[in-house]
Amino acid sequence: MTMRDAFVASATRFLDDPRTTIVLADISADAFTEAGRRYPDRVVNVGIREQLMIGVAGGLALTGQRPIVHSYAPFLVERAYEQIKLDLDHQGVGAVLVSIGASYDRAEAGRTHLAPADVALIDTLDGWTVHVPGHPDEVPDLLRDAVCGRHSTYLRLSMRGNARAYPQAGGLQVVRDAGPGAALLVAVGPVRDDALAAVADLPVTVAYTHRPRPFDVTGLRTLAGGEVIVVEPYLAGTSTRVVAEALADRPHRLLSLGVGRAELRRYGTAGDHDRWHGLDPAGLRRAVVDFLTSGDRTRGEPAR
Amino acid sequence: MTTPTATRPPGRVLPGPVVAPLERLRAGRHYDANVYSTVDVHWTLYDRVLRVTPATVDDPDRDRFLLSKGHAVAGYYAVLAAKGFIPADWLDDEGGPDSRLGGHPDRTLVPGVEIGSGSLGHGLGLGVGTALGLRAQGRTTPRVYVLLGDAELDEGSNHEAIAYAGATGLAGLTAIVLDNASASHGWPGGVASRFAVNGWTAATVDGHDHDALYAALTGHDGHRPHAVVAVDTPAHPADRPDGSTAGDVTTPGSRP
Repeated sequence: MTMRDAFVASATRFLDDPRTTIVLADISADAFTEAGRRYPDRVVNVGIREQLMIGVAGGLALTGQRPIVHSYAPFLVERAYEQIKLDLDHQGVGAVLVSIGASYDRAEAGRTHLAPADVALIDTLDGWTVHVPGHPDEVPDLLRDAVCGRHSTYLRLSMRGNARAYPQAGGLQVVRDAGPGAALLVAVGPVRDDALAAVADLPVTVAYTHRPRPFDVTGLRTLAGGEVIVVEPYLAGTSTRVVAEALADRPHRLLSLGVGRAELRRYGTAGDHDRWHGLDPAGLRRAVVDFLTSGDRTRGEPAR
Repeated sequence: MTTPTATRPPGRVLPGPVVAPLERLRAGRHYDANVYSTVDVHWTLYDRVLRVTPATVDDPDRDRFLLSKGHAVAGYYAVLAAKGFIPADWLDDEGGPDSRLGGHPDRTLVPGVEIGSGSLGHGLGLGVGTALGLRAQGRTTPRVYVLLGDAELDEGSNHEAIAYAGATGLAGLTAIVLDNASASHGWPGGVASRFAVNGWTAATVDGHDHDALYAALTGHDGHRPHAVVAVDTPAHPADRPDGSTAGDVTTPGSRP
């Protein structure tokens, strides 16, 4: 079962609640055909019209419905960004946005289907919750939390993931403890297994979260020493601001790893893109070792 | 009753109850013609069509009026004041640091305002969603009215909404297009044809004739979405200050 399958099954169950309304723009419409037959007024496929998809969600929310809006990540978040800003936030209403595709799930499709900047864009908005599950079994609980809330939530699904689920990882969960004084690596969602593999022989504590917003600031302050590494499966540096603000009152060094900004203009597989962006275990290990040893150099050498 | 005043544009007679609040809001400033082009539609809606009062602004079964062309706000505020939705003294400080009334309306600040608008092309999609929400709740009484401008139709988002609402027969929705000929490239064949070809019923009327507006605004057939094109034709060419043609008399005005 993929994350998308888990989402479709959960969302369909939530239609038992008369407030739930699923809004689609053709993507995944087939998967909701049966649900649409049962609830024709609450499974809405507007066709390939993403501005309308978000506008409709805003209007539904204004009447008290709880919209679940679903499409491919670049079309859901980037194409209709002003609708997200104005038709939801400015109206003072919320929706649950659920994307598939992630940064480069379909690398062979090329740039048009890549969305490494989606979380950064959502992060320009106020008060959003962002869930980035690392396993299909994490999806149902995250969707339930989102649908039962009133505020806006972005649920970012991917074909990538980890071998095991951590269903309750909103706050930072330590998955490898390297003891006092070790650097802290925070892995967000699907990158956890590769991050763990990368630092297997390094003195690095690894904490996992599938909820980068609101970021677990308290957990971070508890776990972090002087060196923090954040590995995110989307645009590198997306959480730099949050981590820097959380640790503003203490000296620290921060390494932010994620998807690079440059357009590579290459197809290939998601695994290829991991490698090209340094997000495979070998690339992550290189970056972490450089970071930790450069810290040693900085401490060991007089300032020039 | 209508009362001519010094604030009216040449040849135009404003609805009587709107005169004082609009003058208070204007506070001696110059108003673009587009302010006056929309007042009659606002007034006819709130005076004769919409089933909403200051006491029912939160009633789920109220009619909804969504101002999509958010810059057409002066007449809107004036009508809301005339009808008791907002206190008249709010009109004295429009745009002030503590004012609830700004150059574009904010639904969270103004009682009776259904949407915040200003960026063009958002109201009709919100209206489609509102009509869908009411339908999902089994509310067949309330109707959703969205006011747009002919220049606003340049925004492609409107055409997403027009096509979808027509194709699915979204019967609870009425779009009103105030046509003051301000679209830079025009709408050859007329604004109404854009709706009709997508399966809407459509009527084109004089945007200052209250009886014609009322007939058009209540002319939906209950099976399809309905469009009313309210044409802003100045009353008398001789009254225009520069003798211009109908298409020139209004300005595209206060677009953001």
